[in-house]
Amino acid sequence: MKLLVPVKRVVDYNVKVRVKADNTGVETANVKMSMNPFDEIAVEEAVRLKEKGVATEIIAVSCGPTAAQEQIRTALAMGADRGILVEHDGVLEPIAVAKLLKALIAKESPDLVVMGKQAIDDDMNATGQMLAALMGWPQGTFASKVEIADGSATVTREVDGGLETVKLKLPAVVTADLRLNEPRYASLPNIMKARKKPIETIKPADLGVDVTPRLTVLRVEEPAKRQAGARVASVQELVEKLRNEAKVI
Amino acid sequence: MNDGMPARAGEAEFAEYLENVRRLVDEVLIPAEPRLEGQETLPEDLTQRLREMGLFGISIPTRHGGLGLSMEQQVRVMLEVTRASSVFRARFSTTIGLGSQPILYNGSEAQRAEWLPRMASGEVTAAFCLTEPEAGSDAGGVRTTARREGSEYVLDGVKRYITNARQADVFIVMARTDLETRDASGISAFIVPAGTPGVSCGPADRKMGQDGSATSEVLFQGVRVPAENLIGGREGGGFKTAMRGINHARLHVAVTCAGQAERLIQETLFHARNRRQFGQALAEFQMVQGRLADMRAETLAARSMILETARAFDAAGEAQGPIIADIACCKLFASEMVGRVADHAVQIHGGAGYMRGTAVEQLFRDVRLFRIFEGASDIQRLLIARDMIKERNAR
Repeated sequence: MKLLVPVKRVVDYNVKVRVKADNTGVETANVKMSMNPFDEIAVEEAVRLKEKGVATEIIAVSCGPTAAQEQIRTALAMGADRGILVEHDGVLEPIAVAKLLKALIAKESPDLVVMGKQAIDDDMNATGQMLAALMGWPQGTFASKVEIADGSATVTREVDGGLETVKLKLPAVVTADLRLNEPRYASLPNIMKARKKPIETIKPADLGVDVTPRLTVLRVEEPAKRQAGARVASVQELVEKLRNEAKVI
Repeated sequence: MNDGMPARAGEAEFAEYLENVRRLVDEVLIPAEPRLEGQETLPEDLTQRLREMGLFGISIPTRHGGLGLSMEQQVRVMLEVTRASSVFRARFSTTIGLGSQPILYNGSEAQRAEWLPRMASGEVTAAFCLTEPEAGSDAGGVRTTARREGSEYVLDGVKRYITNARQADVFIVMARTDLETRDASGISAFIVPAGTPGVSCGPADRKMGQDGSATSEVLFQGVRVPAENLIGGREGGGFKTAMRGINHARLHVAVTCAGQAERLIQETLFHARNRRQFGQALAEFQMVQGRLADMRAETLAARSMILETARAFDAAGEAQGPIIADIACCKLFASEMVGRVADHAVQIHGGAGYMRGTAVEQLFRDVRLFRIFEGASDIQRLLIARDMIKERNAR
């Protein structure tokens, strides 16, 4: 069984994100970049499936700049077998990534796509769902448990009301939630082995996909600073302020 | 065994590994610290994380299944690992230091093949047995005996304060083979598997700190091992065999002190910026700032001298003589330094720093050990001064 695991290059979760001075986006120059944490969970799940003998090959894919090779290498060090970089500088919206992945699926014929439920940079939470729709495949999103048997995947999903279990006929798309597993940290021998694993680089045009953005970002701003609170001397004063200043009662 | 890998990782690969170690420390080890209280030894799931990271094998060459890091690289790894409780480090310290190094540098090819790959993977935990009721700082005072009987040695004696004794699968035991001697010249080093009849451990010691790292007595009563288990192939070479491991262990204790000092600074800065008195954060008070500055300067001094000495260690190769005193300087300064830093940390924390459950309270007790074991401060001073005098006399 072949697995495809898309991984995204994002600003590291420890970095305090700053808005660019011209308000066109967030600052990524000289900022530490890492693999999207939900994608790490997806890679870990894929590697565990391989270790259990369920999967035979894991392909890590990243759509993004040349430097996204680093995130593919991280996936390879964790245990993926080979990588594909769909090289593109500039904005890639979820629909564009979903179309790129669809084109790769046509080439690679994986039985399962495991990916993060969302990326921590734009929190779109859309690519997995869009890919499933484009493919006409079943989807198991927000997975906290995945079991593969007899050509289907049983996925436990974290939904608002609790846990929902769905059974998907393969091929399918599964998106990983936080509690699916705890990703490993690659050891030095595996980091060294990863350097020797192949990464193929292709362009969106090679896949016949138009990745032109459909949306225009008008302006990016910091969240408003929280105003300091005020102390009141009595309940009466509080009610008075709520009524006349805050105008909430 | 090594898949044709090069002997050592390049800087880029090592940097990536170091980043993963850093993440393990911040995301797994430090959050797990509250689980250590009252524990005899490190919980198995956490030990497994250390194994997976290759930490049991950092000082073992790749041809024997380890990571084959240089001493400088080991120091950089340990500066990260020891920002977490030193108990994590203690779990594999005996294996990477005095457990494996004597076999690596003085053992036979058969001994290396038998033990090093399993030590490197962490499958086997090694413990080093030197200290006795009447020997420790006076290493020549070892009374444990190893009598030759045919093709075997028979060991008898008691060892004390042995780290990881109850977790160990194999002991490196210093025992007297020449019963006529009273000094170090009659002492030899042996490999003694833990399951050998006559080997037993006492109950876990109750200590001031270091919850989760076990020490205990180890008893050897008529323990028979094959003559091949003598390390170095000849009697009387025990201390020559152990010296490289002792140097390794001392430098690693020094690193541990620097890592712990770094952690004490982190904890204290957090507290000083958040705790308010007289209408402002503690960090705004100049006397608190003075302490903070001293903590940083002293930590930097220790880290710098340790890295410098680690580079000298790598450059020295087999010729360790000239750096033994420098390693002793690192061990002496860093362990005294972290005591001062811990004292500042507790003082800045005030009442909170005296309360159980505060990181600095635990660290304060933990770091007190470092002035005592692997050669107490006063022993290091003697060693350093004697080296200075000896060198001057030789001119």
